Amino acid sequence: MRRARSSFQQRKARTGLLFLTPWILGFIFFFLVPIANSIRYSFNDLKASDNGYALTFEGWSNYSQALYVDANFVRNLTTVVTNMVVNVPLIIIFSLFIAVLLNQKFFGRSFTRAIFFLPVILASGIMVSINNAGFMQQIMNANLASGDPSGASVNGFLQSIELRGMLLDIGVNESIVNYLTGAVDRIYEIISQSGVQIIIFLAGLQSISPSLYEASRIEGATGYEAFWKITFPMVSPLILTNLVYSIIDSFLNNKVTQQINSIAFQTLDFGLSSAMAWIYFSIIAAILAISVFLVSRRVFYHD
Amino acid sequence: MVVDPTESAAGSELAFNKSKPAATDLYRFKRRVTNVNKWSKLLWSLVRAILLIGMCFVILYPILLKVSASFKSLEDLSNPAVMWIPEHASWNNYRLAIEVMDYFTAIRNSFTLSLVTTVLQTFSCALAGYAFAKLPFRGMKILFAGVILTILVPPQTILVPSYINFKSFDLFGLFHLFGGRGINMLDTYWPFILPAITGNALKSGLFIYIFRQFFRGISKEIEEAAFVDGAGVFKSFRSIMLPNAIPAMMTVMLFAFVWQWNDSYFSSNFLPSMNTLTTATLALPYKVNVMLNQTATNVDPFYASMLVDTGLLLSILPLILMYLFVQRYFVESIDRTGLVG
Repeated sequence: MRRARSSFQQRKARTGLLFLTPWILGFIFFFLVPIANSIRYSFNDLKASDNGYALTFEGWSNYSQALYVDANFVRNLTTVVTNMVVNVPLIIIFSLFIAVLLNQKFFGRSFTRAIFFLPVILASGIMVSINNAGFMQQIMNANLASGDPSGASVNGFLQSIELRGMLLDIGVNESIVNYLTGAVDRIYEIISQSGVQIIIFLAGLQSISPSLYEASRIEGATGYEAFWKITFPMVSPLILTNLVYSIIDSFLNNKVTQQINSIAFQTLDFGLSSAMAWIYFSIIAAILAISVFLVSRRVFYHD
Repeated sequence: MVVDPTESAAGSELAFNKSKPAATDLYRFKRRVTNVNKWSKLLWSLVRAILLIGMCFVILYPILLKVSASFKSLEDLSNPAVMWIPEHASWNNYRLAIEVMDYFTAIRNSFTLSLVTTVLQTFSCALAGYAFAKLPFRGMKILFAGVILTILVPPQTILVPSYINFKSFDLFGLFHLFGGRGINMLDTYWPFILPAITGNALKSGLFIYIFRQFFRGISKEIEEAAFVDGAGVFKSFRSIMLPNAIPAMMTVMLFAFVWQWNDSYFSSNFLPSMNTLTTATLALPYKVNVMLNQTATNVDPFYASMLVDTGLLLSILPLILMYLFVQRYFVESIDRTGLVG
């Protein structure tokens, strides 16, 4: 009996390995080999020719050039990291809030949901690239500079001048005010980056058993208490998931990646580009590790 | 927020009502007006409606702006009375944008590319996800760590080596051994198909993860029943697991299609001279300027931006059409995939 069972397990394991064979092959050829090559290129000077390429070893010079010589790289890197630090908490709070709203029952709910998931489809792609290219921005700015008040209103769509003054009058700390008003000014950016996170939170909210809420209602908990004592702990694993997703997502397409790309394919300096990509990746990995370490200790697992 | 406070208070209200059976009309009226819970509920739904409508507007605003601009003619641009609805609506912008982008070739190329990679990727990722979930073997944890690694490593890190690899494709130098040179795979679909077959294409790691979570959620009993009845692992995968996995496959296919469609990063590097929709759109501002320069001495920037807007709309139009049809799956399928589990 024992023996037959183990042989079945062995057969399963063999099939598992068989199922994974395509992936393992792809993982080696399209991931591990390129990664190893990328490390190799970053320590070398690569001259591409018609049939292949030639490498000359250079040590750390590509890295030092990226960090100390290149005028833009470090600056771009700090901008990107700062943006990430500012945006990711906002995205997470915002998407949790929206998911809670969209989980309630109201008229036109599925229609509203459909609109909120639209950015998942649109914002990841070309629309952003074109807007980044600054073509429309230039025209808008030209419009603004012409002193035309109607032009100003086009550009100033969604500005929080009133809110800022109000908060400052109340006596809120100025840096907090700047953070909040900045968030309001960038509402489009934040909404368009939080589509997937809303979907994930929404799915999590729907998987919370209604009996928990019923019990709390009988005990006399208010909606506010139910949110902090039930909803929040139950979705906290998803906060971790979303944190990781948002961080990765915010590093996918920005100034640094554009620079890495242009150095590789316009300047044709593959070595420098690889070195930059590795510096970039190690910074991302460090940020991910720190944030996962900090958050995962507070995550509550139900089972 | 999720539990509405009115109902929790309803019980106490009832008890209160019983203790005063002879409530007058005035008392009843007073109670109705001063019912804080009811008012707060009403106020909350009002606030919620305003918030949601406002944010829907923020999302739709750029699209509406582009739609409005795409129908405007040159006269409408200089007409200060025209804000949203053009006076001389015309299809002219669309005609020009389609011509400049070579729209129909581009859409055919993009569609083929996205469809082929989507189907292959869904299949290979389902296979891998199933193995990771249900067919344990020694060393599997290390391989799964590899999957996570493919999610984490930014594509920029491996782009350059993959580019060189595909430029003269060569498995371990085998082609060199037999006297041939590497095959140049740029401008063909192979740099997308090969990783897709092997589950290492764009965001494949994420899809494997989704499938693994989903298959883990399917109860052991179904599968064991099949095994007892004499089905092998292959048979149970084909006739039990795959039909059950349709929601997860739907989700993965949607994401895979959309991301491949929108990807400008790989397609502009691996398909430098093929006219896909993303490259056509990216080149649009430049091409529009060139085209307008041929006829006029100085380009009207507003007219140029109008054409670019139209082109953008055209490039996302197929996605929006698709979204209208499958939106329901998109919204509802995630919670069935067990992504959350």
